[in-house]
Amino acid sequence: MVGTGAKKTNIREISPIDVYMLLPKTNCKECGEENCMAFATKLVNRELRLQSCPPLLKKENKKVYGQLWEMLKPPIKEVTIGAKDHSIKVGGKYVLYRHEFAYTNPTAIAIDVTDEMPEEEVLARIKRTEQFSYEYIGMTLKLNMIAIRSTSGDPYKFKSAVKKVAEHTRLPLILCSFDSKVLEAGLMVVQNAKPLIYAATKENWKDMAELALMYQCPLAVFAPNDVKLLRSLSKTLTEYGVNDLVLDPGTLPGEGIRDMINNFTMIRRAATKKGDELLGFPLIGTPVTAWLENAEAPKEVAEWNEAYLAAILIDRYADILILHSTEGWVLLPNVVLRQNIYTDPRKPVAVEPGLRILGTPNEKSPVMFTTNFALTYYTVASDIESAGVDSYLLVVDSEGIAVDCAVAGRKLTADKVAEAIRDDKMEEKVKHRKLIIPGKAARLSGEIEEASGWNVMVGPRDSSDIPKYLKEKWSQAD
Amino acid sequence: MAEKENNEELLNLFNLLTRFQEIELEDVEMEIGDFELWLQSRSVAHTALSKTVRATPSLRRKPTNILQADFMPPVEQYPGKVVEVTLGATKGEGGTRGKSITIGGEEAPAFYLFETPPPHPPVISLDVFDTKIPLAKPVKMHFADVMEDPVAWAKLAVDKYGADMITLHLISIDPLVKDTSPTEAAKTVENVLQAIDVPIVIGGCGDPKKDLEVFEKVAEVGAGERFLLSSVTQDMDLERACAVAKKYGHAVLSFTPMDLNQARQLNRQLYDFLPKTQIIMDTTTAALGYGLDYAFTIMERARLAALMGDPELQHPMSSGTTNAWAAREAWKKMDPEWGPREFRGPIWETVTALTLLLAGVDLFMMMHPAAVKTLKDTIQRLTVGQPVSPKNIADWVAAKI
Repeated sequence: MVGTGAKKTNIREISPIDVYMLLPKTNCKECGEENCMAFATKLVNRELRLQSCPPLLKKENKKVYGQLWEMLKPPIKEVTIGAKDHSIKVGGKYVLYRHEFAYTNPTAIAIDVTDEMPEEEVLARIKRTEQFSYEYIGMTLKLNMIAIRSTSGDPYKFKSAVKKVAEHTRLPLILCSFDSKVLEAGLMVVQNAKPLIYAATKENWKDMAELALMYQCPLAVFAPNDVKLLRSLSKTLTEYGVNDLVLDPGTLPGEGIRDMINNFTMIRRAATKKGDELLGFPLIGTPVTAWLENAEAPKEVAEWNEAYLAAILIDRYADILILHSTEGWVLLPNVVLRQNIYTDPRKPVAVEPGLRILGTPNEKSPVMFTTNFALTYYTVASDIESAGVDSYLLVVDSEGIAVDCAVAGRKLTADKVAEAIRDDKMEEKVKHRKLIIPGKAARLSGEIEEASGWNVMVGPRDSSDIPKYLKEKWSQAD
Repeated sequence: MAEKENNEELLNLFNLLTRFQEIELEDVEMEIGDFELWLQSRSVAHTALSKTVRATPSLRRKPTNILQADFMPPVEQYPGKVVEVTLGATKGEGGTRGKSITIGGEEAPAFYLFETPPPHPPVISLDVFDTKIPLAKPVKMHFADVMEDPVAWAKLAVDKYGADMITLHLISIDPLVKDTSPTEAAKTVENVLQAIDVPIVIGGCGDPKKDLEVFEKVAEVGAGERFLLSSVTQDMDLERACAVAKKYGHAVLSFTPMDLNQARQLNRQLYDFLPKTQIIMDTTTAALGYGLDYAFTIMERARLAALMGDPELQHPMSSGTTNAWAAREAWKKMDPEWGPREFRGPIWETVTALTLLLAGVDLFMMMHPAAVKTLKDTIQRLTVGQPVSPKNIADWVAAKI
């Protein structure tokens, strides 16, 4: 029964009705929705937040606000790192599996520097981290944070390193030392930057807790391969008054992969499925530990190990990662994987309909079409590019549905195809009147010819055959 | 040239990894005793965890010592179980293989090792093609000498690259390629059978009619060898395909395009003709960056549904992980910022494979030796590894790298 702040750990158990019952039910539309029920639905889908309801923020609704917050809060606490305009949110996960809802707050990736690195190297690594960028299905994939490690153990060196870094970047920071004196020296120069403090251990937890409270920073807890200790420290630190924790059960390379996967999985399962609040915090992984193994091996081996360790942790629930390598081949698969895993599985991924120019086509070049389902579009475009044939590709609006389903569901029709030919003025761009259509849209051939007046050539069912098809059929048709 | 042709040896990742990363585990079977502790703690897990309440610090005194908290692995019970499928048959079992391989049998999600570890480690089958095909450069450099000889290719895959199995792709049978006859294809299969003694996957060309004709012939010459016929699809004459598998004792790969309902439907149709223990399923693998999220989630959902008791999805899963090379980031020359494709390609295949390993795949069809080695090492560490001491990483923060 609702109304008592009864805890529901599974987001799918909360219905819009549960939420609606607690809302002011004024239907005032101040939130921008038609009525309170519509607002409740968006709250449950996490499309709007409680703060969007002005009446709810009034003093007399404080209690019910608290109940709603309790009901809707994610089992993994959302923790903010960094000062206001340059902060990043981590955690805030509602589910264990992405198909149950969607993952929130993509894994934040930090690159490390140390307090003993030459200044040029530190600055070069900051620059690389800030400028790293990869365009992928219409998005820019980026790195997120800088982690400063004290390898010197010297408070003065750490202080000056942190100062230097803070002068050169606004990226959120992670300050790393197990010595609270060293850490405090660094904290003093970035008082308002709210870095993540790494880390409290079973030895230093009290001093670190004091720092976290004094500087109002989130605090990481490190208990390598000891979930019981991690949980005990979490209990101790929350009792101490530190509310924003990040948990590190240890990133164990090599033979440790088994325990590492087991720990991350147990912790996230316990928090999301069993309601274990002591483990309901973001998880941090440190694939940089791959560099501690096998010191005599060439750096490529450490980079390789770090790259795949990071991927495993993105798959298995890490909310923050600290990496050492800045090589493109190490980082690229991981930022792409992160994008894939954190895509909202509830929404089909679509691209803008319209004409795409591939290469430098002329009036004799082939004209093809596909749907605006992002995956289909990017695959087809990539296949055409690999054929090395300059082409026109019409992206027809199928409401983000793949070709076969769109044909079956009448989201892709002959009229829409004819409209695309007209709207993009294809008759001015090419002299021929031949349209290559996807093999899976073959049954629309006749209708498309009728609606557009163009001749239809049925292309392959799989776009990977486009190069072969163009080679065989287009040269003949030309 | 945008990308410098570095020293070949430095770009040979397989050699680098082999030299500097020897796995020191013996190839031992997993002992049930290793997990006794976990199993015993099951019964109390629920109650121990459900009583946790977040502290209300303002009302309490700050603790002066670590407050001890318990931790019980959050185990769940699953009514369902994945069936076991055996591939390859030894002399005693009616074939000629050195050993047979069993996959499946899972009773918990993939590598939820605190529950029930998988009874059989996932296995890797290396791709072998029966005719020369265009391959990405980072792959080709490892197979250049054998590209026109499937027998030599298969031997290389097993002897040097440690393939548990090989997949013999009979792509030349494609009417659009060479239209090789079923008899000729069967000859190639016989030659490969004699050259290596690992279990074999027979790959068709994707033409449902031609594949079936070839399967019929190949199944006959390999009678009793327990091939995996890859694959049977919805547009195939399923009765005929299953009759071949049944008569000559082979397994089939039930292949569907990323749709759980279609997977259920095809499996259901197969049950009319074949026992479940002769069916492995493949719900389609898309490359990292090109739909891996769909592939991953379909597989994860399939496995969870199987464990929750869905009888039509309780099959070991296979992945055409080689599809990772469809990603342009894997094979293309890119700006030097992104590193040599000799590294980018295999890490792309590795990340695709590891992600699907964690979704529950039992059989990986793969290509690049370095990706194969890394996946093999990881599987071994996950299945026969011992608990480690965290001593090496305890002071990682101060490590001078």
